[in-house]
Amino acid sequence: MQSVIELSGLSVRFGSRDILKDLRVSLSGRSIGLLGPNGAGKSTLILALLGFCPLSSGTASIFGHDIRREQKRIRAAVGYMPENDSFIANMTAVSFIRMMGELSGLPKDAALERAHEALFYVGLGEARYRTLGTYSLGMKQLAKLAQAIVHGPKLLILDEPTNGLDPPARLRMIKLIGEMRRSGDMHIVLCSHLLRDVEETCEEVLIMKQGRIVHYSNLEEERKANKRFVELETRGEEAGFADAMTALGCECATAGFGRFKMVCPEGFDLKEIYRYAATRDLQLRRLNYRRDTLEDIFLKAMEA
Amino acid sequence: MAVYKRTYKGYEGGLTPGWSRFLILPRYSYARLFHSKFLLMFLAVCAIYPIGATLFIYIAHNLSFLEALNIPASRFVDINEKFFLYFCNFQSTMAFLLTAIVGPSLVSPDVTNNAMPLYLCRPFSRTEYVLGRMTVLMNLLAWITWIPGLILFCLQWNMGGWAWTKNHLWIASAVFIGLFTWSVILSLIALAVSAWVRWKIAAGGLILGVFFAGAGFGAAINAVMRTHNGSLIDIAQMMSTAWGQLFHYDSGNGISAAQAWGALAVVSAISLWLLSKKVRAFEVVK
Repeated sequence: MQSVIELSGLSVRFGSRDILKDLRVSLSGRSIGLLGPNGAGKSTLILALLGFCPLSSGTASIFGHDIRREQKRIRAAVGYMPENDSFIANMTAVSFIRMMGELSGLPKDAALERAHEALFYVGLGEARYRTLGTYSLGMKQLAKLAQAIVHGPKLLILDEPTNGLDPPARLRMIKLIGEMRRSGDMHIVLCSHLLRDVEETCEEVLIMKQGRIVHYSNLEEERKANKRFVELETRGEEAGFADAMTALGCECATAGFGRFKMVCPEGFDLKEIYRYAATRDLQLRRLNYRRDTLEDIFLKAMEA
Repeated sequence: MAVYKRTYKGYEGGLTPGWSRFLILPRYSYARLFHSKFLLMFLAVCAIYPIGATLFIYIAHNLSFLEALNIPASRFVDINEKFFLYFCNFQSTMAFLLTAIVGPSLVSPDVTNNAMPLYLCRPFSRTEYVLGRMTVLMNLLAWITWIPGLILFCLQWNMGGWAWTKNHLWIASAVFIGLFTWSVILSLIALAVSAWVRWKIAAGGLILGVFFAGAGFGAAINAVMRTHNGSLIDIAQMMSTAWGQLFHYDSGNGISAAQAWGALAVVSAISLWLLSKKVRAFEVVK
């Protein structure tokens, strides 16, 4: 599979301060999350990928195009939704989006048609003839999304897309991102410090801290790998339970007072636990069937 | 047009050539600028002198018309380099005022609204952005400066015949080079000021100030230091000296044409440097 983004020793320095330090990773998922606390270097990485800031060493490629040498080709294939307010206040949404489409290379008529479509798609159809200066924060976020998708990019880079949105608007934004991902037409890079946003929309996650990559994880694989993680609380005849479960192929750890943690093997049927409990008159007070959440992964990465 | 279709789909149509995309900015700028009645009225005022000059050339070549009005032909000045120099002086002043009106709204809205990343994340470079914004002003200035100037020259050519044209062809190049250079200088200064000063009124004032303050300081330096080098910070004097060379007269500013052209090049370079500092996708806060 062709990598979407490949970082090869990418470093960025502003003055005497290293902002990104020797980043190396290959990302090929349909939706990639960039996670990290404030100041981790997520936005700088995006700016570097767009060719906005000079690299101090190393390089990177997007769809195989080098970001140092093939900036125009990369920018033609990328849609970017910046974190901050970015618009022209006295333009109507439709003419603003149309202009952005034309600057991306769309002919006039096609740009107008796509501008209308993009605004309807993000839910601003009824407000498309209003000037952008009169939009609420949520509407401005949607307008930014519309300008990023108007030219049908192959890669959509979203920098904190849910910033400042109320819960319904956030849900709508997440839904739109999910729809675009499922459309199969584009890859998405979502940069956020909100774990839920990334967890709900991304397959791959890159966790950054102080300009370095501290963890890379394929969420889909992690979800599969941890799907048999079970926490149990029992009451009654618990002696022999751990051995019995181990005999069934589980890794079982006793936490004391009738509590167990088990990692079950592939194909393990949870009914086996109930059957065993029934034969030994063991009460199952709590069975928590969970996997590692992104929060667990993130906190582990931050501790590293 | 399927505007109600709410599923996302990519774009598979053709693309415009990359070289032509800088022309998109002027199109949108004109759509906004020409909503202003004041600007339209000002452009109409700018056409008065060229129309008057056209009538002058026409009447000067129609002696029967003059006789009918009992006006002696000798009262009409010759159509020569002075005639075109007066035209250039008047229209360049109008160009200066037009720049102060239009210039501030060119870059400052994009900088104020943080729109630069949106332009530059596309296959559209900083150079193309500056070229596009400059074209807005250069086009407007062309329509009130060198285009009517050359039209007047062609009219005189037509009415004065080949004999006149053969001896005065250099005037056409002087009109074009002089006014085109003036337009470039005005446009670059206006863009630089517009990029740095976000408040339009202040930017308009500063564009005027660059010229008047330069003239004031230049005159003060000349008076105090008993030199002519102060003229090198007076853009109007620099331009006047450069025109002196083009129109074959002595401007009396005390600086050489080479110094004037050099100083104009420095002004352009400084304006471009100032623009390059602001026309970028993001700023590093030190």
